[in-house]
Amino acid sequence: MANHLPEHPDFLWRNPDPKSSYDVVIVGGGGHGLATAYYLAKHHGITNVAVLERGWLAGGNMARNTTIIRSNYLWDESAAIYEKSLKLWEGLPEELEYDFLFSQRGVMNLAHTLQDVREAQRRVNANRLNGVDAEFLDPQQVKEVCPIINITDNIRYPVMGATYQPRAGIAKHDHVAWALARKADEMGVDLIQNCEVTGFYKDGDRVIGVETTRGRINAGKVGLAAAGHSSVLAELAGFRLPIQSHPLQALVSELFEPVHPTVVMSNHVHVYVSQAHKGELVMGAGIDSYNGYGQRGSFHVIEEQMAAAVELFPIFARAHLLRTWGGIVDTTLDASPIISNTPIDDLYVNCGWGTGGFKGTPASGFTFAHTIATGEAHPLNAPFSLDRFETGHLIDEHGAAAVAH
Amino acid sequence: MMLINCPHCGPRDEVEFHYGGQAHVAYPEDPHALNDREWAEYLFYRDNPKGRFEERWQHSIGCRKWFNAVRDTHTYEFLATYGANDTAPAPAPATVEGRM
Ligand SMILES: Cc1cc2nc3c(=O)[nH]c(=O)nc-3n(C[C@H](O)[C@H](O)[C@H](O)COP(=O)(O)OP(=O)(O)OC[C@H]3O[C@@H](n4cnc5c(N)ncnc54)[C@H](O)[C@@H]3O)c2cc1C
Ligand SMILES: [Zn+2]
Repeated sequence: MANHLPEHPDFLWRNPDPKSSYDVVIVGGGGHGLATAYYLAKHHGITNVAVLERGWLAGGNMARNTTIIRSNYLWDESAAIYEKSLKLWEGLPEELEYDFLFSQRGVMNLAHTLQDVREAQRRVNANRLNGVDAEFLDPQQVKEVCPIINITDNIRYPVMGATYQPRAGIAKHDHVAWALARKADEMGVDLIQNCEVTGFYKDGDRVIGVETTRGRINAGKVGLAAAGHSSVLAELAGFRLPIQSHPLQALVSELFEPVHPTVVMSNHVHVYVSQAHKGELVMGAGIDSYNGYGQRGSFHVIEEQMAAAVELFPIFARAHLLRTWGGIVDTTLDASPIISNTPIDDLYVNCGWGTGGFKGTPASGFTFAHTIATGEAHPLNAPFSLDRFETGHLIDEHGAAAVAH
Repeated sequence: MMLINCPHCGPRDEVEFHYGGQAHVAYPEDPHALNDREWAEYLFYRDNPKGRFEERWQHSIGCRKWFNAVRDTHTYEFLATYGANDTAPAPAPATVEGRM
């Protein structure tokens, strides 16, 4: 039988009206904004904080992602921040006193070509050097971990192996957001929904507040955590970001008995699948190629994704699709996030997580809170500053980002 | 599913096309004069508006020609397609209700 979802407490957070002024205003009430508020309060004692969300709390990408958590990235900088995130995930349910079904069921990234195999083996070695758990599996071992997978070699892109990270997994995304929201609220953070930021107040080169659909709110410091809308906000504030927004979609099947014990991702044929606690098969694919702010995706992307899924998992052929949806992801040229100060004083930005920021939620909040509180980057996010596009120290994670963008 | 009007072939399904990002990004006139900041702007910074956007497309499995389009990134409506070397048509004057 499918797992039961945890009961959540009746009372999660207050719904206060905005005050006229805060020490820190966070724009965007997704996972990253909420985690930032949580760590500002917990680690830096800054509790006069508002999180402003234009819609409902965590209704953006946080509510739409396929919840895959892993840390098997290629470069040292990425391994460090994503592994920090995974370590934080491992302690968060207890710390937040909220069981959000973090399930370390492992993630396999499949290889379908000789080049894939070489890249995968290189990444496994890089991961191990960075203390990240990783193994390379041959097709037979792939089948042992996930018996429903098709490893015959008479398909267009046979499975030639996989990287495997046993500590990786999934979590119940809504519950993660609610857990963070509840603790942040308990410590005094105001979570304000239906409050869109429409402009910025500046004194010379310094930000001093935000204009919102619920009036002016003054702020000592402002942190942007608006994912796909980051460049819209940056433009309002008067600077540019190296970000392009694209729709990314996912879908779920009807409920099934447990058949899929792990998480399988394939960059090459482009599908990723896990089975939710309730029993749905949760699947995602690639982004739409063009810039877009529509929260839906192209139909032909679903077609390609389903073709790949059915070839890899023949038993999915008779599954019914229940629903599809899309989010707007903020991509950078090197497929790595930006956690940084900006050309405007006291204005900080956290964006560019693209298709893979759910896994980064804890470390994103942890490092962004540090950056906002101290005005300095934490060693973990220093490499992810805006100036890497000027210095050329790009962190090119396209290969390990797993969703091509 | 978007229907894209190739200026050379007429309306075709979006799967025939390849996306090329922002249009009219000119190669720097005097590359030696650029500092790191300006190079970064040229290489990595592109507009990303929610609304009217001038962008490049290639009719990759049709005539294979590049062309430009004006598209609304919010509604996905194509407002115009035009030749690769032409300038973008001026935006239509806003109506009283404005366009949604
Ligand atoms: C289909 C899909 C699948 C994905 N799968 C995975 C996955 O398996 N694993 C993974 O690690 N990542 C995944 N991601 C990526 C991940 O969801 C994002 O990187 C991450 O959620 C971004 O951070 P966030 O949670 O703060 O963003 P969001 O939840 O989008 O939060 C940003 C918030 O800002 C608000 N906002 C925007 N503009 C304003 C404004 N002007 N004023 C006030 N508020 C504003 C928005 O309403 C939104 O709620 C996926 C994304 C999508 C769309
Ligand atoms: Zn054509």
